[in-house]
Amino acid sequence: MATDLQNTWHPIAASTDLVKRHVYQAQLLGREYAVWRADDGYVNIWENRCLHRGVRLSIGINDGRELKCQYHGWRYANRTAGCTYIPAHPADAPARTICNNTYPVAEASGLVWCGEHATGDLPDMSGFESVTALRGLPVNAPRDMVIEALGAYAFADGCSAQTDEHGVVTVTAADGQAVRFFVQPSDSNLSVIRGVLNQALDGAERIAALRHHNFLLDVLRSQVEARAAELETPEPMTPPIAKVSADLAEIPPEQEGGRTAELRVQVVDKTVTAEGIVSLRLEAIKGQLPTFQPGAHIDVHLQNGMVRQYSLTNGPGETDHYTIGVKREPDSRGGSVAIHDSLAVGDVLAVSAPHNNFPLRRDALHTVFVAGGIGVTPLLAMARALNSQGLSFEFHYFVQSHAHAAFRREMGEFGDALTLHKGLSPEDTGAKLRDILASPGHARHLYICGPGPMLEATRGIAADLGWSDEAVHFEYFKNTKEVDDTNSFQIELARSALSLNVPAGKTILEVLRENGINMESSCEQGACGTCRVGVIEGEVIHQDVYLNDAEKSAGKSIMTCVSRAASDRLILDI
Amino acid sequence: MSSPKCKDPIALNLWYAIAPLEEVLDGKVERSILLEQPIAFTREPSGQIAVWSHDGDGARPVGASLPVQERYGYFWTTLGTPDADIFAIPEYDEPDRRNIHAASFGVNASAPRLVENFLDMGHFPYVHTDILGAEPHTEVKEYFVERSDERDEILATNCKFWQPMASRASSGGADVDYIYRVPHPYCSVLYKSAAIDPARMDAIAIFIQPITQESVRVHMMLSLLDDTSTDLDIRLFQQTIFGQDKPILENQYPKRLPLDPRAETPIRADKSAIVYRRWLSDKGITYGVIPAAA
Ligand code: FES
Ligand SMILES: [Fe+2]
Repeated sequence: MATDLQNTWHPIAASTDLVKRHVYQAQLLGREYAVWRADDGYVNIWENRCLHRGVRLSIGINDGRELKCQYHGWRYANRTAGCTYIPAHPADAPARTICNNTYPVAEASGLVWCGEHATGDLPDMSGFESVTALRGLPVNAPRDMVIEALGAYAFADGCSAQTDEHGVVTVTAADGQAVRFFVQPSDSNLSVIRGVLNQALDGAERIAALRHHNFLLDVLRSQVEARAAELETPEPMTPPIAKVSADLAEIPPEQEGGRTAELRVQVVDKTVTAEGIVSLRLEAIKGQLPTFQPGAHIDVHLQNGMVRQYSLTNGPGETDHYTIGVKREPDSRGGSVAIHDSLAVGDVLAVSAPHNNFPLRRDALHTVFVAGGIGVTPLLAMARALNSQGLSFEFHYFVQSHAHAAFRREMGEFGDALTLHKGLSPEDTGAKLRDILASPGHARHLYICGPGPMLEATRGIAADLGWSDEAVHFEYFKNTKEVDDTNSFQIELARSALSLNVPAGKTILEVLRENGINMESSCEQGACGTCRVGVIEGEVIHQDVYLNDAEKSAGKSIMTCVSRAASDRLILDI
Repeated sequence: MSSPKCKDPIALNLWYAIAPLEEVLDGKVERSILLEQPIAFTREPSGQIAVWSHDGDGARPVGASLPVQERYGYFWTTLGTPDADIFAIPEYDEPDRRNIHAASFGVNASAPRLVENFLDMGHFPYVHTDILGAEPHTEVKEYFVERSDERDEILATNCKFWQPMASRASSGGADVDYIYRVPHPYCSVLYKSAAIDPARMDAIAIFIQPITQESVRVHMMLSLLDDTSTDLDIRLFQQTIFGQDKPILENQYPKRLPLDPRAETPIRADKSAIVYRRWLSDKGITYGVIPAAA
């Protein structure tokens, strides 16, 4: 049960403690917090424990966008505290549910405020519109004892003190100067006195005032500590440690079900970023957007009922919005045209949480990105992540003309790593790609995204020049292959011991759903990889463009939205 | 000895390394602590080592002695009556090896947290940067873990990790093979490709002496195929490595190893730690851990 102290706001640091790129360790009611300011100004208050092996995050590294744990380098995003990368498994996207505990945060009057379950307003600060925050002073004594002692605090002539029902002590001198004290209950026998003066002081005046109060508070501290030492020391508080979600305790994270649009976002900006391409900035209507990883996409449910997939272009730590790029494709079924022509700033969209089926390895010695047209979007997010970590990469962006190059501002940060290839014919593109891909090698990885023919060509050239399947990563926008669904076959579900018939004209995914099995999916045309399922036995007719050739011939997994059985029956690992 | 502070019968009945033999001096009484019990030891005129428990004054009660064994360059004792002998490290007796006591470190952490750290390859690039690992070579490849009930120990094999400078004797980066054994709840032995003879493996063991549930002394023993480095260099290398782990270990919370599977978030790379936690749970160990609620 939450106590009153847990429900109220307490200062836990001075704003000035949150120095750039620093992680500050705070404590409230026995619980430790890692407090850090991202470069965008946001203050994060997290439980001071890495979810992986419990190492204090206050000894971690604040890179301005993410916090990196010292022990195994797990990275957690600004704002969401979601884990974005697990270096021990560079080819995997971390489960979305790996998310640290975050706590309410506010910044006012030169102090940083928190409360385990704080809601409602910060303490009233009328009369303290401009302030000077005193240095926080830790005292080895219970909070009540400190509050009581502050009732007799006098820093000038004619001081009178008032203590309100929340234990806030305001001491006013005859000349109107006042100081207001909040006593932070760090632990049962540890408190921090945090005071603010009702004047914004500068320079020598400020230093003189800080010294004066520091001296007086130091005396007060000795007295209180002497008194506390005579009493029996209370047991330290032991705030319970929340358990991680059940699915994380098992090693392979479970899939979540359905093609859902659980988020509501508002279009806050719509900008033409290149000829025929708009970028949309989407912000949450309420609450916090879930963590994304570079390469992730969201499903956008349009007002006309269509569902389209768009990759996020965000850089690391940009967690207060999602940015997507949409190309106008007049020949397609109309999703992009609807976005271009009818979607307006202020409109609300239903979108899914990010799926990441195109994860970025960060253990490469060098990474080559080959983007064609609008295929630049997932690669942009990836390159921004590598760039912010100082990892080596080169970025090749093939466009029709200069005017067609999208997101040029974001790419500005790539410097020499960026090469624009403008208006090349297919032959010239091929020759250029041969140049770019001339040297495959140990720990070099290639990521490709672009129109189908270009993607095919790039994969072909890479294979030709000796790039192994494991080093080549790609994402198609769509599956343009004709899908044949004329055969019928049995599927057996190994974990639920169900046996189902898949008739002609229906997909495995549809049959599973009809039978109440909640399957996650996104593009539903064999391009995005979300509906992937393991195959235990049976032969597969692969009709997707997600798996690479090695994965297809291994026959260990199947895209249930398009692929089918070549044998009479398939045993699936679900 | 009056009733022991440690109430865990399994922990009480184990053998523990207390000090390297070269530090047990004739006629000089040294004190130590094992499972919160003050103990003292000396080398008697006969050359034998004597160990006894005491009430804090070091005084040797008449006739009361604890069992002693000399093994792997240390003397071992126990507060209980072990039903098994000290586990075997056959490599120790191979004639061409150098057996060295590398260090004894005090650490404010529980013994099982140290064992897990010892089994863990994923931290090499971050904690032992440019020595046992370096970004971006961070992948922990699939390996095997088995638990032998017959030998009552855990074995992790086929472990590989890319290392820029795996030992004192190595000169450049390489994929290094590792094998890990956990033959005792608070001891572990690792084997890694030897720099001078890739067909054979160096052995490194940690023998942990729990002082309390949340503090230990760890003794580090090396059995190496290295005839070029000096003892001093080898020790300095190991001490550097261990000095890097210590601040991490002391910043892990909770300090006792939580055995509830939902207390922390394991990944595939932590397979050996998962098996270790289960093994401790099945044994019913309570010292230095937070048992999973039944
Ligand atoms: S304990 Fe934080 S990354 Fe492993
Ligand atoms: Fe280590």
